[in-house]
Amino acid sequence: MNRSRKTANVIITIILAFLSLIFIGPILMVLMNSFKGKLFISSEPFKFPTFKQQDLGEAGIMPKTFVGTKNYVSGIEKTNFWGAFGRSVFITVFSVLLIVVLTSMTAWFITRAKNHYANVLYYLFVFSMVIPFQMVMYSMTKIADVLHLDNPVGILVLYLGFGAGMSVFMFSGFVKGIPTDIEEAAIIDGCNPLQCFFKVVFPIMKPTSITVAILNTMWIWNDYLMPYLVMGKDYPTIPVAIQYLQGGYGSIDMGAMMAVLILAIIPIIIFYALCQRQIIEGVVAGAVKG
Amino acid sequence: MQKVLRKYWAIFTLPTVICFAIAFLIPFITGIGLSFANFTTVNDAKFVGFANYKKAFSGDSDFLPSLGRTVLFTIICMVLINLLGFILALLLTRKMRGTSFFRTIFFMPNLIGGIVLGYVWQLILNGILMKYNQTLTTKGSYGIIGLIILMCWQMTGYMMVIYIAALQNINPDMIEAAEIDGASSWQTLIHIKIPTIMPAITICTFLTLTNSFRLFDQNLALTNGAPGNDSSLVALDIYKTFYGTTGYAGVGQAEAVIFTIILAVIAVIQLHSTRRKEVES
Repeated sequence: MNRSRKTANVIITIILAFLSLIFIGPILMVLMNSFKGKLFISSEPFKFPTFKQQDLGEAGIMPKTFVGTKNYVSGIEKTNFWGAFGRSVFITVFSVLLIVVLTSMTAWFITRAKNHYANVLYYLFVFSMVIPFQMVMYSMTKIADVLHLDNPVGILVLYLGFGAGMSVFMFSGFVKGIPTDIEEAAIIDGCNPLQCFFKVVFPIMKPTSITVAILNTMWIWNDYLMPYLVMGKDYPTIPVAIQYLQGGYGSIDMGAMMAVLILAIIPIIIFYALCQRQIIEGVVAGAVKG
Repeated sequence: MQKVLRKYWAIFTLPTVICFAIAFLIPFITGIGLSFANFTTVNDAKFVGFANYKKAFSGDSDFLPSLGRTVLFTIICMVLINLLGFILALLLTRKMRGTSFFRTIFFMPNLIGGIVLGYVWQLILNGILMKYNQTLTTKGSYGIIGLIILMCWQMTGYMMVIYIAALQNINPDMIEAAEIDGASSWQTLIHIKIPTIMPAITICTFLTLTNSFRLFDQNLALTNGAPGNDSSLVALDIYKTFYGTTGYAGVGQAEAVIFTIILAVIAVIQLHSTRRKEVES
């Protein structure tokens, strides 16, 4: 019994190791190609870069395909990568901060005030979670233009507004589960609701805040359509810059593309390595409650 | 407390509500209005009744074909991703070394954005198809199959972590009791594990359903609908109708309304089925 279990475990480990290769393979493939000359990427994507030129006899000379960091230099230049990176960081960090602070306040008010206004708001927020972006994209872009929200600061308003539904919903779910005694006591002791919220309620909400922050970070960092439609060429974020690299140059520079893809993936891997546990727990919690 | 709190309604809710109105409420209502209009900017909109809806369903529109493709695509993704995710979860909840390492690897693709993933897979799939003198854009079906592979790769880890959490929540006494009674591991799976994690199965089914149905970024980056519009899913098709041909923005908006209604119906079914499960358990 024990021995057969061990053999089974060995076989399963081998299968899982093979599957792991399939899961990281595509990214390694892009990494490998990012060091190859741009003409050798589409034509032979599965070959390692060569470090010496080869004499093929009659067929001529096959030059070495390794180009060092050349693709990275041209990719960074063509996409103005650091500008896009800075913008993506700015937009993601401040949208998430605004969303966590403001929607938790809204959610607490909605759950505790229990008046007509609160009820209507709650159902509107829940309703908005179902609506696809395509439904509002056209009008939202026009309104953003009129209100001059077509820049990295203005788009924070749109992210807060469009992300409010899910975040309010998740915070409300949490608030419903905490007893009101502590809050009542704080109010009786002379706290106004604002102090009560930030000194008592907000600290208790920390697990939900982390979940909401992680889900929104994943959405906003990777979002393409909203920044593209609202800010377009003037202020590209990383996904928009990548898409312009494809569209902007008649024949696409595969070398620059591979390099930029790797540069776009690196921050995500670092973020994942640093808060892996919170990310997985947050995603599970978000799925189960959302 | 309620009375004091209600006086503070503006501080607590106004910032969120104003942004919500700008980003969602007003565009949503305008969007419904514009679906009955012909326009190139919001200001020159002319009421045309149901003409946009008629155009959306007419023969020369790609809306119905792309909707059909999306339904098929969604069903295949739903089945494959849940099956793969569940099998991986079963393997990774065994008592053995390395499970958390594998879990980390399998979940990783889920964090990478759709645009980046689309280009990563464009390289891989074109590289494979090249051996047969084809590319991803030779046939519409290649693009769709490519998207299915991409989605399995991206979302299997996501479903896996939900299934792992559910499997770890099963009371071990129940499984032990079954084993003492002589149940095989297959019997424990069918009669204990699967029935107990039914809520997780419902959640995962709907997650894969809505994510596949709304798919846009990956579709745009992988093939951009080529050849023609043959590999466009419905979200991309709506986008192309909006911005691709002048004078068709109204039709695009009408299609977006129909898309929204379908998603709303799915959400209602989801709410209903999770509620029923909660009552039962």
